[in-house]
Amino acid sequence: MATTESWQIAEIAGPKKATLIVKPEVADAMIKRAKHPVLIVGHLAAEIDLDDKKMIDYLLELAQKGNLPVIATGHTNRDFLKRGFTKAKIMPAVEIGQRLTDPEWKGIDGKEPYDLAIFAGLPYYMEWTILSGLKHFAPNLKTMTLDNTYQPHASWSFPNISVKDWIENLKSIIEKVEE
Amino acid sequence: MEILSRKSINIKIKELKSDIGNIKDLELSIGKFSEEKWTEAEGPTPFPSITALREWDKKLLDRYKPFYLPFCDLCCLCTYGKCDLTGNKRGACGIHMSAQQSRTVLLASCIGAATHISHARELVTYAIKKFGTDYPLDPGGLAVEVEAPIIRLVCGVKPEKLGDLETVLDYLENQLTQLLSVTHTGQEGNNLDFESKVFHAGMIDQVGMEVADIAQISVFGFPKADPDAPLVDLGMSVVDTKKPVILVIGHNVPPAIQIIDYLKDKRLSEEVEVTGICCTAIDATRYSSKVKIIGPMSWQLRYIRSGIPDVIVVDEQCIRTDNLIEAEKIRAPFIATSEKNCLGLPDRTRDSADDIVADLVSRKNLGVLILDPEKVGEVAVKTARAVAPKRKKSRTSLSTEEIIEQAKTCNQCKMCRRSCPNDLHIPDSMKAAGKGNIGMIGDMYEECIGCARCEQACPETIPIHNIIVSAATQRTKNESFRIRAGRGAIQDIEIRKVGGPIVLGEIPGIVAFVGCSNYPKGGKEVAEMCIEFARRRYIVCTSGCAAMSAAMYKNEDGKTPYELFPGTFDAGGIVNVGSCVANSHIAGAAVKIASIFARRTLRGNYEEIADYVYNRVGAVGVAWGAMSQKAAAIASGFWRLGIPVVVGPHGTKYRRMLLGRADREQDWYVHDRRSGEKVYVGPVPEHLFFAAETKEEAMVMIAKLCMRPNDTSKGRAIKLTHYIDLHRRLFGTTPDDAHLFVRTLTDIPITMKEDLTKILREKGWKETIIPDPTLLVNQVEKRGVR
Ligand code: SF4
Ligand code: SF4
Ligand code: SF4
Repeated sequence: MATTESWQIAEIAGPKKATLIVKPEVADAMIKRAKHPVLIVGHLAAEIDLDDKKMIDYLLELAQKGNLPVIATGHTNRDFLKRGFTKAKIMPAVEIGQRLTDPEWKGIDGKEPYDLAIFAGLPYYMEWTILSGLKHFAPNLKTMTLDNTYQPHASWSFPNISVKDWIENLKSIIEKVEE
Repeated sequence: MEILSRKSINIKIKELKSDIGNIKDLELSIGKFSEEKWTEAEGPTPFPSITALREWDKKLLDRYKPFYLPFCDLCCLCTYGKCDLTGNKRGACGIHMSAQQSRTVLLASCIGAATHISHARELVTYAIKKFGTDYPLDPGGLAVEVEAPIIRLVCGVKPEKLGDLETVLDYLENQLTQLLSVTHTGQEGNNLDFESKVFHAGMIDQVGMEVADIAQISVFGFPKADPDAPLVDLGMSVVDTKKPVILVIGHNVPPAIQIIDYLKDKRLSEEVEVTGICCTAIDATRYSSKVKIIGPMSWQLRYIRSGIPDVIVVDEQCIRTDNLIEAEKIRAPFIATSEKNCLGLPDRTRDSADDIVADLVSRKNLGVLILDPEKVGEVAVKTARAVAPKRKKSRTSLSTEEIIEQAKTCNQCKMCRRSCPNDLHIPDSMKAAGKGNIGMIGDMYEECIGCARCEQACPETIPIHNIIVSAATQRTKNESFRIRAGRGAIQDIEIRKVGGPIVLGEIPGIVAFVGCSNYPKGGKEVAEMCIEFARRRYIVCTSGCAAMSAAMYKNEDGKTPYELFPGTFDAGGIVNVGSCVANSHIAGAAVKIASIFARRTLRGNYEEIADYVYNRVGAVGVAWGAMSQKAAAIASGFWRLGIPVVVGPHGTKYRRMLLGRADREQDWYVHDRRSGEKVYVGPVPEHLFFAAETKEEAMVMIAKLCMRPNDTSKGRAIKLTHYIDLHRRLFGTTPDDAHLFVRTLTDIPITMKEDLTKILREKGWKETIIPDPTLLVNQVEKRGVR
């Protein structure tokens, strides 16, 4: 049964916890509803195997099909370049975290403040702390994580799910984001 | 702190006969200070109060806005609580989440500062008892004239004797009490004022560290600013296990020194091995190069469980609190030596050494508390010699067959991985081990920080950490490295030589690797970063656990970084200053550049000097495995001096970053001291406290954070070359913010001209001037003083 239990046992949040993405449609609805979403990809995305691909391959497909701007944190950009993707903006995770708390900041494209930040591939605890910063100090922003571990500080998160379920969910999200 | 200096005024009159005449031998001393011969003019803030530097702090905090990362939605500090602080709600006391977070940072910094200051107090008291108040302070012999730059800068006094340090400590303890009181419910309500107090805690922490280190260098005869301090052994395999082995852990070195002295006195130095973990180990090697360093604090469990130590002696700070239990498992007697760390043990300080030894050997006492370093020396040596033959190195490690048997009991519940701070893939490795392949679990040795949380969580009580270490036996057998013993301060002559190139930017920066070993991917990353920057001819400094991790690497020829690079404070050097408290010499070097090279007055002149360091000295602190509250305090001390600090990803758990906004042009103006004009200088340095996600991100950021407004074009071109080169290599592209660091076309590195000119054009870059930079209006009038 899906529960709101943190992946790292002791990382207990408090009264305000992420809503579970119980099915992929939830994630798609959020992405489609967002006026100005952004996808933030950490370095683990290039390390995590999802069958014959890496997690970053799924995220890249999602970004391209969903037309999502991409921020590459850590040294992730290198792995995007290897895949021929040159449009990622390089920005450290704590920097993008801080920018997102500024209601005046108009995003990397200078258009308007982001209303949805999708995180994936950061070290669990670092994503946890940054999402907490956003939960408390970016009241107008919704956050989502596409990792397969529950992140209580996000607005939406998967529960802790198996790699198999994760792959299925990602595939389905990618498929539907195009429709 | 006039009250303080007044308090310490001392008037002695031996004879006073009549009303006005016949006064004999009138002695007047101010504080405990030796006669004042110091002619340097006093600056505006000697012994600053907790608000004396508030305006300076605000200038920094204006540029580097706190980004808070709450660890929890709640506050539970008082009985009004728990209070829910989500969604902008205020607590029952009225506090907002931002202030609550900064209060927690202040608490951490106070704990850290208290730890160093009480360590310093203990050392000074011990030293005075042994050597007297008049014992001269001499941290650098003839090579160091500015012997206590931080004390001079902050307190405005020039300590010459041990006794002088007591007055400094009085001041620090006074400040610390006030700072701690600020964290009381309802005492302070504004986050930025909390932050200013965090900086104050960091500053007094730096003074406390300097007190501790110059006292111990002076009385114990540690290397005195010696770039050629001896190379000493480090690693699990350097220990001669045929001999009785003593293990010392902690930070406060007198008990370890007494062990070494007792061995020397009894001509037993060749008979018994003294090994150490954490800063006590570093400081013991500054006393005797025979001592062997095992490794940073994360080596505690693995070394104790190896069964090698016959006696374990702990003093204070960063010691696993369950070491007594671990010692019991390997049947090693345990000696606690600090009032701060009594561990429930019987106090045997007043008993005879032989009685204590008898009780430890017979195991009537599994551990004892001895609050007398000399007695510790005797008891530790005698006990080690008596128990070593009996213990037969009783260990807890496992054979390959035992590992496989244990692994077979794993039920794949994943509780271990979910408890592991580094999310290590224990269940998969356990599955492989159950099938006979122990390679995978052995590989985890490199990234495991030895916390044993996995073992605590395992429902099958599998000794996971033991398995990891046992499966890595081949690695531990090869663990033999060389580290340069902590050299202490930086010589004045070294500062004279590098001051110019640093301030002009031609030496691209000073990168200091400090702090604990809570690494995200093992300590090897520290060594790799050290080598990268030393090769690029930065000045690399190391201290504490990071200094040890830097040693744990060998090149193809089997050479460690300390053998590959010299210990001089110069371009391309790797300079181990010593233990945690020796960190003060790194800040001290930055400060000495201002005084020795630029001839600015230090005395009680904090703001001006911090402004100098901030705008001119391209120094960056890196605490890649920062874990402790002491590390928080050390970082805070760097911030107030305007020195940025980079931490690893676990550093986000310190609950706030101090980040600049490169995209806000208005944030990056300085005054030109020559003209008084406001000049845009670009985001240099861009951040004050930054957590990097990966080693690669850290390296690019370090290179970037070394830039300063004062860089000459030649210097800036060199710094930009390193930044761009690292960015290209590690991120795959030329940085899209490079134009922000180009002020005039001559700043552009020749080899990158084509690329950069194109970027400048695209970004609508405009040329600016290179000012004589300051954030302080009052510096503008002081034209001509460089
Ligand atoms: S200190 Fe303030 S916020 Fe914290 S528990 Fe007490 S009343 Fe609540
Ligand atoms: S001891 Fe090592 S493997 Fe176990 S939880 Fe700690 S870091 Fe992880
Ligand atoms: S906690 Fe123990 S039983 Fe569970 S997966 Fe880890 S090793 Fe296996």
